[in-house]
Amino acid sequence: MFEIEVNGRIIDASPGETILSALKRAGIRVPTLCHMNDLMPSGACRICVVEVEGMRGLIPSCSYPVQEGMKIKTNSAKAIQARKTIIELLLANHPDDCLYCVRNGNCKLQGLAEEYGIRERHFTGKKSRGNIDITSPSIVRDQSKCILCGKCVRICEEVQRVSAIDFVGRGSKTVIAPAFNNNLNVSSCINCGQCVLACPTGALREKSYLREVSEALADPEKIVVVQHAPAVSVSIAEEFGIKPGTDIAGMMVAAFKRLGFKKVFDTSYTADLTIMEEASELVHRVKTGGVLPMMTSCSPGWIKYVEQFYPEFIDNLSTCKSPQQMMGALIKSYFAEKEGIDPAKIFSVSVMPCTAKKFEAGRPEMGRNNIFDIDAVLTTREMARMIKMHGIDFNSVVPEEADLPFGTRSTAGKLFGGTGGVMEAALRTAHFLITGKEMKSLKVEQVRGLDGVKEAKIKVGDLQVGVAVISGVGNASKILEQLKEGRKDLHFIEVMTCPGGCVAGGGQPIETDKEKIKTRLQALYTIDQTETLRTSHANKAVQELYKEYLKEPLGEKSHELLHTHYTKRDVLV
Amino acid sequence: MSDDIVNKVLEQHPDARRDSLIPILQEVQERQGYLSKNAVVKIGRHLRLPASKIYGVATFYNQFRFQRTGKFHILVCRGTACHVRGSASVLAAVEKELKIKAGETSKDGVFSLEVVACMGACGLAPVICINGEFYANLEFGKVREILDIYKKKAEEGKAGPQ
Ligand code: SF4
Ligand code: SF4
Ligand code: SF4
Repeated sequence: MFEIEVNGRIIDASPGETILSALKRAGIRVPTLCHMNDLMPSGACRICVVEVEGMRGLIPSCSYPVQEGMKIKTNSAKAIQARKTIIELLLANHPDDCLYCVRNGNCKLQGLAEEYGIRERHFTGKKSRGNIDITSPSIVRDQSKCILCGKCVRICEEVQRVSAIDFVGRGSKTVIAPAFNNNLNVSSCINCGQCVLACPTGALREKSYLREVSEALADPEKIVVVQHAPAVSVSIAEEFGIKPGTDIAGMMVAAFKRLGFKKVFDTSYTADLTIMEEASELVHRVKTGGVLPMMTSCSPGWIKYVEQFYPEFIDNLSTCKSPQQMMGALIKSYFAEKEGIDPAKIFSVSVMPCTAKKFEAGRPEMGRNNIFDIDAVLTTREMARMIKMHGIDFNSVVPEEADLPFGTRSTAGKLFGGTGGVMEAALRTAHFLITGKEMKSLKVEQVRGLDGVKEAKIKVGDLQVGVAVISGVGNASKILEQLKEGRKDLHFIEVMTCPGGCVAGGGQPIETDKEKIKTRLQALYTIDQTETLRTSHANKAVQELYKEYLKEPLGEKSHELLHTHYTKRDVLV
Repeated sequence: MSDDIVNKVLEQHPDARRDSLIPILQEVQERQGYLSKNAVVKIGRHLRLPASKIYGVATFYNQFRFQRTGKFHILVCRGTACHVRGSASVLAAVEKELKIKAGETSKDGVFSLEVVACMGACGLAPVICINGEFYANLEFGKVREILDIYKKKAEEGKAGPQ
């Protein structure tokens, strides 16, 4: 540690860190646009420039290392003027669509223009009118709003290791696009939406299905039901200014009812059901010499990743549908029969922390008799918008429970919302299925936390079960390559596409950062710690479903409704 | 056939790394006339580079094209001398007449268009070159006449015995 002087104040800095990182720690804010935590600085936008005594020109603080005794001015007239100019240049060909823009209110560019008091146009460029690519079921690309900061390219390449998009062309003709300027739907994009979270503007956004949902709600012929994923109730609060990490499941359910949904179901219920099927599948594979290691299948980005990059592992994927799709299938079969409703009249909505779920719902396997199981998928963000639009005030709603028959869940099902959660839930139930006894400690510490790759050996009866938990699909190739080289000690692998799992999904509130991800994850752990129904196999409502309808895990009905298959995909990779 | 071309080029770069990307792209284009999707994918596998990256790099340089050249390949000079004497409007005229942009090939495969830096024919500026034939001192209106000749040739070619 040594000292540097910033704006006349002495602050600590460590050798090797950047100026920006020292400033951040001291609570001195410098704006950034292209900077990404945990990735190498690119220094592309230069909005973070500061003045350093004795150095010519302005210094980009995001990429320049601190030196002992440095004297820095972050807000000198020169620095402020430079930032203003950069903002004005970015705005020169911007469409200025703020009023109609999905990012109105949380756009970084708009925020900077406001902060720096940009009140008139000094540079007038031709307004960009790039194409809007709406071909993807999950992501909309609007090139006219792109400021070429490169964050989407970097997250896609360096974090997710998909590289679906890149800079195309040069100079004033540069755009961000998939190979051959193709549309996103035929590219290697896995629909994870991490680029949407990274994008400072409205250039990348989710494909919205709010209109479809509103129309269905207004249609007296339709019975509109909704399910909510485990990670939504611990993050949606942030959209309403409530402290990050607050679980507002009850209030959220009440809000959904006020919006007019006939039934509100909890996807964590079908997470419990997934565990019954998936743990049984694992036990079956182990006992009969089936393909191992088995890999989880609830993250649709990961599924597409395997289908296009590693088709040789398709047989390793669990055949279980994701909880969203299990719920979808049950709503239009069991629930419809029970209530005597024509499945064609049901409009089934799901609220997900995820953009890839929109893609999943449209996979041709996900329905029967030409009826899709899920009719519309909304992200956490879209649902928050809908609640705001309807003027529902969270302070005045009284918490309500989700509806039967799919309303009760164990905390194991709830843990699905974070990395390691599926594994922990599955181990609890696999242990019970194999030994007839509960695990001594239900909490499996080794699979918790935000590390991208976690491994453990867990004793289940006489069996030493090797497990790996991966979050951030870019971390998967390491383990997959080891498997190709003959690694044999793993039985079960959980992969969640987004770094941190669904709590960090591409459909979550825009201001998703590491700290928020941690608090959301912690909220899930707290639920697990404080409630008593902690295993999927102990969920009475799930047992009831088996007794009444499905009969047994992996049985005939289960195969028809709850399992699926995957196919190799030919896309330009 | 195109597979063979790419394979041959890649054979000559057995332990190629990423810095060989440009030379490889150049060789493939030289032999194939353009960079096909298939070629990009193959090169990507060879160098362990995603297709998006290769396309990104290739579009950064003006020299690569991604469509097979047409029966008549048109070079429009955008060098300094031609620029000063109005090559921008010549290019615009060609683009308008053929409804293709630089780097593209018309749907019927007859015309393709490429912009080049300087053809060393500055005395003739602004100049275009079609299959080796130079046309000098052009202006917006003249472009059409020239292209009409080639359109007619293309028609005759189709009708004739060949
Ligand atoms: S991206 Fe930002 S600045 Fe651009 S129109 Fe949308 S809100 Fe306004
Ligand atoms: S959604 Fe994911 S895979 Fe697709 S472009 Fe964005 S980051 Fe890449
Ligand atoms: S799309 Fe968004 S994240 Fe990507 S370069 Fe443009 S502004 Fe940056």
